[in-house]
Amino acid sequence: MDALPAHMRPERSFQGFILALQRFWAEQGCVILQPYDMEMGAGTFHPATTLRALGPKRWNAAYVQPSRRPKDGRYGENPNRLQHYYQFQVIMKPSPPNLQDLYLKSLAAIGIDSSLHDIRFVEDDWESPTLGAWGLGWECWCDGMEVSQFTYFQQVAGVECATVAGELTYGLERLAMYVQGVDRVYDLNFNGREGADKVTYGDVFLQAEQEYSRHNFEHSDSEMLFKQFTMAEEACRKYLAAGWKEGSNRKEHLMALPAYDQCIKASHVFNLLDARGVISVTERQSYIMRVRELAKACGDAWVHTEAGRAV
Amino acid sequence: MPDLLLELFSEEIPARMQAKAADDLRRVVTDKLVAEGLVYEGAKAFATPRRLALTVHGIPIRQSDLKEERRGPRVGGPDAAIQGFLKATGLARIEDAKIQTDPKKGDFYIALIEKPGRATIDVLAEILPVIIRTFPWPKSMRWGERSVKSGSLSWVRPLHSIIATFGPETEEPDVVKFSVDGIEAGQTTFGHRFMAPAAISVRRFADYEAKLKAAKVVLDPQARRDIILADAKQLAFAQGFELVEDPALADEVAGLVEWPIALMGSFDEEYLTIPDEVIRATIRNNQKCFVVSDPKTGKLTNKFILTANIEATDGGKTIIGGNERVIRARLSDAKFFYETDLKTKLESRLPKFEQIVFHEKLGSEGQHIRRVEHLAVEIAPLVGADKETVRRAARLARADRLSEVVGEFPELQGLMGKYYALAQGEDPSVAAASEEHYKPQGQSDGLPTNPVSIAVALADKIDMLVGFWGINEKPTGSKDPYALRRAALGVIRIILENQIHLPLVDIFTTSDIENFLDIKSARLEGPRLALVRLEEQGGLSQGNVERLWHRLVDKTFADAVVEEEAKTAKDRVFDLLDFLVDRLEIQLRAVGARHDLVKAAFSVLLEDDLLTIVRRVEALGKFLDTDDGKNLLAGTKRASNILSIEEKRDKRTFDGAPDAGLYNLPEEKALAQAIDQVKSEAGGAVAREDFATAMSAMAKLRPAVDAFFDKVKVNDDEPKVRENRLKLLNEIRAATRAVADFSKIEG
Repeated sequence: MDALPAHMRPERSFQGFILALQRFWAEQGCVILQPYDMEMGAGTFHPATTLRALGPKRWNAAYVQPSRRPKDGRYGENPNRLQHYYQFQVIMKPSPPNLQDLYLKSLAAIGIDSSLHDIRFVEDDWESPTLGAWGLGWECWCDGMEVSQFTYFQQVAGVECATVAGELTYGLERLAMYVQGVDRVYDLNFNGREGADKVTYGDVFLQAEQEYSRHNFEHSDSEMLFKQFTMAEEACRKYLAAGWKEGSNRKEHLMALPAYDQCIKASHVFNLLDARGVISVTERQSYIMRVRELAKACGDAWVHTEAGRAV
Repeated sequence: MPDLLLELFSEEIPARMQAKAADDLRRVVTDKLVAEGLVYEGAKAFATPRRLALTVHGIPIRQSDLKEERRGPRVGGPDAAIQGFLKATGLARIEDAKIQTDPKKGDFYIALIEKPGRATIDVLAEILPVIIRTFPWPKSMRWGERSVKSGSLSWVRPLHSIIATFGPETEEPDVVKFSVDGIEAGQTTFGHRFMAPAAISVRRFADYEAKLKAAKVVLDPQARRDIILADAKQLAFAQGFELVEDPALADEVAGLVEWPIALMGSFDEEYLTIPDEVIRATIRNNQKCFVVSDPKTGKLTNKFILTANIEATDGGKTIIGGNERVIRARLSDAKFFYETDLKTKLESRLPKFEQIVFHEKLGSEGQHIRRVEHLAVEIAPLVGADKETVRRAARLARADRLSEVVGEFPELQGLMGKYYALAQGEDPSVAAASEEHYKPQGQSDGLPTNPVSIAVALADKIDMLVGFWGINEKPTGSKDPYALRRAALGVIRIILENQIHLPLVDIFTTSDIENFLDIKSARLEGPRLALVRLEEQGGLSQGNVERLWHRLVDKTFADAVVEEEAKTAKDRVFDLLDFLVDRLEIQLRAVGARHDLVKAAFSVLLEDDLLTIVRRVEALGKFLDTDDGKNLLAGTKRASNILSIEEKRDKRTFDGAPDAGLYNLPEEKALAQAIDQVKSEAGGAVAREDFATAMSAMAKLRPAVDAFFDKVKVNDDEPKVRENRLKLLNEIRAATRAVADFSKIEG
């Protein structure tokens, strides 16, 4: 770590912080993926987690995932809330016996020393109604602040997990703010340089927060989005139906991933509609159900694919 | 005798589950030992965030041997039966069985089975894995490589190691040999996650607890809690402040740390403009920290106390700094919420309540608020409150529910309403009602005392009762999803402790619920129900009630109303009244009063004024404690018994006045005279609710009753005299009914 140039140190730069995490998990044998190329609400939606969590095959991966929460937009005025932020996601299947220790070591790798900081595992049962998923674990506290989510998946996409995967989600901005000692997310030093060379998080994202807040709350085209939701839902079902290998008697599926993309799409479109305030409380539940049904159908297809099936 | 030490070491167990899990572990292990014939001397269980531990001491080293005789088939019985007997008893040959002679049934075989007791350690090796596999966690999970197989171990969080040792206090104990899903029981555990993570080898409980302590783990949750509280108090005291004690928080925090270290932090004084309760809720609920007050002002100060799990190398500076950052952000949010709320008038929140469902069949929250307002205004004069003040109070009482602060901290509902009402210049009693009208929340909660709060509190609870009775959602057995028993108890406690005369039937029928009466838009226009108040001699019979009710209903509804609807309404009114009287009995029992007299006092007059019932019960109780009371009760019961026998025999009743001309003994005349006197005196006193006088009037009846039974033979040979004497007995019963139905009193 000492060999790093100052501007790459995790406590100096946001990008150095991300690179430190990637390096750490690469050392643990994870494949370091790049973000999924679709809009989604959380790193868990990435097929590298949702689908790969299913079935008995080994799978260790880590990646940054931009996460879109249209409702959380604050026009760039709130020091903590963003409609677009980064999650760092780790999934290890089977969950290794020392996953907690690995997690603590990863904190050390980004400059959080457990002899100085009070790190705690506080009960938090995780559930995603849209994904038909749940697991048990904790929110991880550092000096009273929630910095990560730690979950042993028990069910994903309506399918019981066997083997069980362990999932870690780091809220990158929040952790980096703590490590850098800034109170406003836009003040984060992004590139670790000082003076004229310094680029802040605000330089990169403030305008985007303002523009997307306007879009999400005031201008997004609801009519189009309603259509998109239905189209994604229909496409998902169509691809799923078409994906069963002929003559396999629904034992082998060949198109789970493209179908699941449409499920991700439907979920994000729903989030946009929800932020726009055009979905009533009662309808809301039924939209969540519709996405869950897609997720479940995709999970069912996935466990009949090469990567998802039992050996 | 030897001791067992068991430790189940896992990843962090949720704080809220630890105490019960420790208790369950003690219970299931000791139950199983006893079931195996192993009686122990004592057991104690402990929990930390990462371990459940159990010590059971004084267990016998082995089970005692069992000897059992088993009866078999008769001698010379069918071969199949004999073969079955041999198989079941493990005998090699039938010659090994004894033969017993029975003079009636003939000879039969007896097998002597001897079952040698097993070594306890072997029994433990058998039962412990089963207990671990079937442990009653509220929620458990699978993990790791083994989760691919079905039937793999599930535990609250991944289980890492097991200690199980068994042996006498002085010698090296043995490891109980078993394994669960690949985890071998042994004698190794681990210390504090950060300060002493190395493996520790232990032998028995004493060195287990001591070694853990050396490895920065306080095993006993009670000890951790005591340390937290003592250190927190000390920190506050050192700065001239006081810890705001919070037992529930102390318990929770004790479940989050193995090595508690209390540290004090502070926040900007600008946040002290937020109400104390909001600061406390923010710091407590979100951050699990204690707040600190200044004894000079009694108000919170800008300090808080956190409990860390480590002795940090910088003395806790970094930890305090981190917690201060989080608390600053939280308080900044809370301050924003509070200030936003202050800018919003409470009444402007009311329209939104129309969108919130109170109950599918009972309409919106908005409707509920209007019903409570209507009813509270009706109740106002009965509790000495001003109608318009009550109207305002009832309208605003719940408005804070939609405020930002209450959205964040639901437990501050009512209290915030009070602050916001005062801030917008409402009458203090209107503001107080917002907080007090929810009271009492349970048996130990305080009661509203301000008349305005009382009116709203009663209206709110009665609307709940009447509403849910109307849609037939009454509490049954253990099911009471709308907490109607609590509402009824609240009504009872408010009435009794504030000495309120509340005509319940009238109030029920005033509450504006169409469902309740099943009559669209029609209301029993506040008829002070004559049938309840009617002072008919001897009280009201069921038949009289029916007649009077119909007269009343006919008058109120003329012919527009279907009789069926009126009947439903009546049944509901009286069913709800019965429910309240039942709850009254339960409440009187809870406070140690004569609950057994409630039915006796209630059934005679169908009283709907609970305060009157209670006063009557009190006077009756006192009276029955005297000799006069006891004897009169005995005499009245005797009269009733004779009457019911004779009524059955003659298939008639003996109602009606006796004929004075037929009295031929002085005791008859004396009794008749006493009855007349008592009836008028007691009746008059009851009408004035002067129950003490009514009872002393009743006492005068006793010598006449005693003398009558002493000297007079009721079943005279002359039928006319007999009938007259039975009528006289009936008069005794009727006279006592002025105060109570004596037949409903035990003893």
